[in-house]
Amino acid sequence: MNSSQKVVLRFPPELVERPLVCELALQFGLHFNIMRASISPHREGLMVIEIIGEKKKQEEGLQFLEENGLEVESLSQDIKMVEERCIHCGSCVGVCPTEALYVEKPSYLVKYDETQCIACEMCVLACPTHAMEALL
Amino acid sequence: MGEKLRTYEEINEKIRQGKAVVVTAEEVIDLVEEKGVEKVAQEVDVVTTGTFGVMCSSGAFFNIGHTKPRMKVSEAYLNGVMAYSGLAAVDFYIGAAQVAQDDPLNKIHPGEFKYGGGHVIQDLVAGKDVLLEAYGYGTDCYPRRKLVTWINLADLNEAYLFNPRNAYQNYNVAVNLSSKTLYTYMGVLLPKLGNANYSSAGQLSPLLNDPFYRVIGVGTRIFLGGGVGYVAWQGTQHNPGVERNERGIPKDGAGTLAVIGDLKGMNANWLWGVSMRGYGCSMAVGLGVPIPILDEETLYYCAVKDEDILAPVIDYSDAYPNGTGEILGYASYAQLRQGKIKIEGKEVPAASLSSYSRAREIALTLKDWIQKGDFTLTQPVLPLPGKDAGARFHNLPERPVNNGRVGR
Repeated sequence: MNSSQKVVLRFPPELVERPLVCELALQFGLHFNIMRASISPHREGLMVIEIIGEKKKQEEGLQFLEENGLEVESLSQDIKMVEERCIHCGSCVGVCPTEALYVEKPSYLVKYDETQCIACEMCVLACPTHAMEALL
Repeated sequence: MGEKLRTYEEINEKIRQGKAVVVTAEEVIDLVEEKGVEKVAQEVDVVTTGTFGVMCSSGAFFNIGHTKPRMKVSEAYLNGVMAYSGLAAVDFYIGAAQVAQDDPLNKIHPGEFKYGGGHVIQDLVAGKDVLLEAYGYGTDCYPRRKLVTWINLADLNEAYLFNPRNAYQNYNVAVNLSSKTLYTYMGVLLPKLGNANYSSAGQLSPLLNDPFYRVIGVGTRIFLGGGVGYVAWQGTQHNPGVERNERGIPKDGAGTLAVIGDLKGMNANWLWGVSMRGYGCSMAVGLGVPIPILDEETLYYCAVKDEDILAPVIDYSDAYPNGTGEILGYASYAQLRQGKIKIEGKEVPAASLSSYSRAREIALTLKDWIQKGDFTLTQPVLPLPGKDAGARFHNLPERPVNNGRVGR
């Protein structure tokens, strides 16, 4: 059964010139969607991708990347809502492209669904109380 | 509708006896739908309102006490944020929108504006020590020239919030028609109608529940920053003469309040320093006003619903900065709270800059204070200028200046 997950890949400088991510498709038959990437020669690289395919193949694919020296972590660890700093205004809600941030009714509290986040960081820009933090 | 139902004295007597019937401006809507204005006006003594939003025209006066030797402070900084000291020796005013002296501002756009006057006030109210650096030029009576010390709210002689403009009666819905992202006091506005930001508690907002200022006036006791405050005057830019709908609700920003209250009784949860990316620093202020149900008409106005309140949609890429006065249309707060409005045929995500959940919490807190007998109502000593008072907010009439002479 197909499922998807969003992960952050970090490339050490020595690996940025090796074609590794494409192996997810070639070796493991996975689909992937690059949501964000900043990779420059001789510098550390960062890529946020959504991987779609069989759960087992996803695990194998990510294990392959790790074995080849990439750091792999779940995206949900990278955009955080610091609850005690949130004043539940909603400034972030209108700029969030995926409705990961939304106003719950009838409480009118701002809620964050990490699974919907694509790490665009618009909420970090928009939040007036620095309640949204990007650790990318 | 003009018949008097109760006086301030009668309401306060019931509050003291713990018998006052108090509901919030949200709760009263359902009550009126169920029972009608006449019946509810007989039953309810007080309706409480609330709002929690970014209010730039806010700040605090304080006195730090004299040093030995004495000092007439002419320049002062609190945690690096300049406080106005053009007052007597050790009196200051810190404004919420003042940014830290070493802030890079918008040199790298959009600036972060991490710390400013609102943050200083929040830190003081939270009981944190704040670094004071002060300079004086030295006089015979005030010889000292420099002072660096920690100060704490508890040690200050007086510290009171004095906000020249709070609780705007209605406000703009901000959108962006241009093709680049805008960073405004109304938040981040995405290009080509990417989003719409609004900022009013709507049906819970104090002045929208008393649209003609029949009961809210100078001297009205209020919830302010988690403590007790008072309406001191009409706020700056008070503009009662704007167009109103058939319920008397202004279709634009109208009345405002200047408010005052003891900072020492306030709570950092209700005075919150904020950073508006690319714009500057400010403070979110919690404010709630109790409305005494003196007659049926007062209650009728308190039953206002979000669907009755319209806000003008303004383009912040041109109409607002250039003051063209162009309005793209109107949206009701009921539509806005659904999270989507239609502008020029396009469905646009709408988000609030003021917190509805916190506005509700303020109205409920005020209700609780009144029900417990901790908070009685005051009768205004002076009404705010009303819609026929002739007070009208206008733009600056600029006059050309030639060779130092003021032209006519």
